Amino acid sequence: MAMLTDLINLDLSDCSDKIIAEYIWVGGSGMDVRSKARTLSKPVNDPSKLPKWNFDGSSTGQATGDDSEVILCPQAIFRDPFRKGKNILVMCDCYAPNGEPIPTNNRHRAAKIFSHPDVKVEEPWFGIEQEYTLLQKDTNWPLGWPLGGYPGPQGPYYCAAGADKSYGRDIVDAHYKACLYAGIDISGINGEVMPGQWEFQVGPAVGISAGDQIWVARYILERITENGGVVVSFDPKPIPGDWNGAGAHTNYSTKSMRSDGGYEVIKKAINKLGLRHREHIAAYGDGNERRLTGRHETADINTFIWGVANRGASVRVGRDTEKEGKGYFEDRRPASNMDPYVVTSLIAETTILWEPSHSNGNGVTAP
Amino acid sequence: MACLTDLINLNLSDTTEKIIAEYIWIGGSGMDLRSKARTLSGPVTDPSKLPKWNYDGSSTGQAPGEDSEVILYPQAIFKDPFRKGNNILVMCDCYTPAGEPIPTNKRYNAAKIFSSPEVAAEEPWYGIEQEYTLLQKDTKWPLGWPVGGFPGPQGPYYCSIGADKSFGRDIVDSHYKACLYAGINISGINGEVMPGQWEFQVGPSVGISAGDQVWVARYILERITEIAGVVVTFDPKPIPGDWNGAGAHTNYSTKSMRNDGGYEVIKSAIEKLKLRHKEHIAAYGEGNERRLTGRHETADINTFSWGVANRGASVRVGRETEQNGKGYFEDRRPASNMDPYVVTSMIAETTIVWKP
Repeated sequence: MAMLTDLINLDLSDCSDKIIAEYIWVGGSGMDVRSKARTLSKPVNDPSKLPKWNFDGSSTGQATGDDSEVILCPQAIFRDPFRKGKNILVMCDCYAPNGEPIPTNNRHRAAKIFSHPDVKVEEPWFGIEQEYTLLQKDTNWPLGWPLGGYPGPQGPYYCAAGADKSYGRDIVDAHYKACLYAGIDISGINGEVMPGQWEFQVGPAVGISAGDQIWVARYILERITENGGVVVSFDPKPIPGDWNGAGAHTNYSTKSMRSDGGYEVIKKAINKLGLRHREHIAAYGDGNERRLTGRHETADINTFIWGVANRGASVRVGRDTEKEGKGYFEDRRPASNMDPYVVTSLIAETTILWEPSHSNGNGVTAP
Repeated sequence: MACLTDLINLNLSDTTEKIIAEYIWIGGSGMDLRSKARTLSGPVTDPSKLPKWNYDGSSTGQAPGEDSEVILYPQAIFKDPFRKGNNILVMCDCYTPAGEPIPTNKRYNAAKIFSSPEVAAEEPWYGIEQEYTLLQKDTKWPLGWPVGGFPGPQGPYYCSIGADKSFGRDIVDSHYKACLYAGINISGINGEVMPGQWEFQVGPSVGISAGDQVWVARYILERITEIAGVVVTFDPKPIPGDWNGAGAHTNYSTKSMRNDGGYEVIKSAIEKLKLRHKEHIAAYGEGNERRLTGRHETADINTFSWGVANRGASVRVGRETEQNGKGYFEDRRPASNMDPYVVTSMIAETTIVWKP
C-alpha cells in the first residue's frame, strides 16, 4: 500500500498554488459531523475570505428534497493534519437560502451571546474535558474488552499503561499531535477510569472559539478512528452498570473571576447556575440521566451541589482557586455528547446576563 | 516491499533525459480504459509534438484480426502521478490506418461540435460530478458492506466520517491529490448517500477538455483502486432496492448564461433539452432506466422536469443562479457510466445549435 500513502502525502506546493479545503458542519441529529472538500485557487487563512458553499440538506435531515440546498458559512480555519501542506479544515455553520440559521444551527445563537457587550467585556474562558469511548467496529463492544464478556472491575485503568490495561493509545496520541498541528488548543490527554475510555482537554479558549475547537477536535478524532478501523462513541453511559459514564466537564472563568476578589464572583455565578439547574440539565446532552446517578463521580441529575475538590458535586471548585481567592470553576454536569456551542453560551448567559428576579427566582435575562 | 517501491519511485532525471509516456484510450465497450507505455527521448508538453502510435484492436473489440492496427492520436497531456518526474499520461483517440475515426471514437464528433464557430463563441463550461462505487475485489459486494448482508439504511453515510460509516477514504483522498498533480481540474470530492459510494467533481472545463479530464480522472481512479486491491464500478444502479444509484450530473453554462440576463437564456436552453429528452436519455448511459426511477433523488426516466434547488428533477437550477439572474444549470440525467464526450457535446449541440 506504499504507493497509496505516497499519493495521499503528495506535496502539491511544487506544482500548484491550489489548496484543498475540507468544509465541516454538524448534521441533522446534532451529533453527526459531516464534511466534503473543494479545491481553492490559492491558500486562505481568513474565514471571511472563504466562499460560502452548500450541501444537500435532504441527505442529512436538514432540508426537504424539493428545496434541499443548505448554505455553509465558513467560521474558523484549522490546518489539515491529514492533507498537510497549506490544505485546511473549515468549521462551518448552516443557513437557509434566505440567510436564516437552520434550526439545528446552535452556533449562531451562541455567537450572539458571546458578542453581547456585557459578555465580551468579561472574556469568558472555557476548558472542556471531552471524554469518549472507543468501540470495536463490528460488535460495538468497547475496545480491548473480551467479546461476550467484561474486563476486571474499574481500578487499574485510569492513566494506566500496559497491553492489559490501556486500549487504543495509538489513536489518542495521533489525535493529540494532529490537533496541535491543526492549531487546536489541546491542553492534555489521559486514559479514563473505564477501560477503552479516554479524555482530551481543549482550552483555555475564549468565547465561541471553544465550540469551534471542540467540534473540529471531535472531527479529527473520528477521522483518526476511521483510519484505525475503530468506532468512537460520545454516548454518556455506553455500558450500563458499574462502569463510569462519559462527560464533558466544562471549566469556566470570566475576567472578574480571574481578578482579585474573583472568588466572590465565582460563588455568585455558581448560585445562579443552581437556580437554573433544570434549564441547564435540559441542554447538557441527551441520555445524561443514565450517567448522572450520584455514583461514579457524578452528582444526581435532580440535585445541584457544589463543593471544593468535590468530584461528586455538580460544580467543583479547585483548591487553588479557593486558596488564591480567584480562578475558575468546573461544571461537571455536561454529558460527552453535549453541544459545546450550547453549553458554553448558556453558562456565559446565566452567569453574566441572567439575573434572578426577587419574586419567584425564575429570573430575567438582560436584553 | 520497500525495494519495489524504491524502484517505482526512481527519479531518472539525474541519469537521463528520457521520459515515459502512458498512452490511454477507450476500448471497444465504450467504458473499458486501456493504456500502454513508451519511452520518449526527452520531455514533451505539446500533444501535437507527440508521435502517433498504434495498438492491436482485435484484442479490444475494435478491429478484426486480419487488419488489426488501430492508430492512436495523442490529444491531451497530463503529468503522471504514479511515475512523477517529467513522465506523462496521454489521452488519445482512435483512427483507422486510413485516418477515419473508428466507430467507438466519440471524441472526434464532440471535437467537431466544439470547434464549430457558434459553439466556440459561447465558451461552454462543464462541471461534471462523477459518482462511483467501490467494491470488494472477489465478492463484488460494496466496500464496507458485510458479506452476505447489508449495512443499516441510508442516512448516516452522506459526507460522513468514522469507520462504521465511511469506506475507502484512502482511495478517494489519494485520487484527489493525484488528479491535482496531474493537472486535472478536480474541484472537490464527497462521500455519497449510499455507503461505499463516492463522488469527485471535475470543472469548470471548457469544451472538449471536460471529456479528456473526466476520462483521465477515471483512469487515475482505476489505477489507484488497482493498487488498493479494490474494484471500482461506474454502474448506475449497482445495488437494486432502497440504495441510491450513481450518476454523472453535468453542470453547464455558456457565455450568454453567465452574463446579465443569462437566466432567460438558461430557461430557453432547458426548454430545448425538454424537447429532445428521448434523444438525450438514449445517449446518457446504459442501464440508466434502473437508476432514473423518480426515487432516490432522481426524476423518472420518461419525464422531463426542472426546478430550482429540486433534486428530484431532471434539471436543477441553483438558488444562486435564480437570485443572480445568471449562472449555470445542472443536468441530473446522465448516468455514472456516460461518455463525457457524448454528453457534453450533445448538451452544447442541443442548446446552442439545434432549433426546434
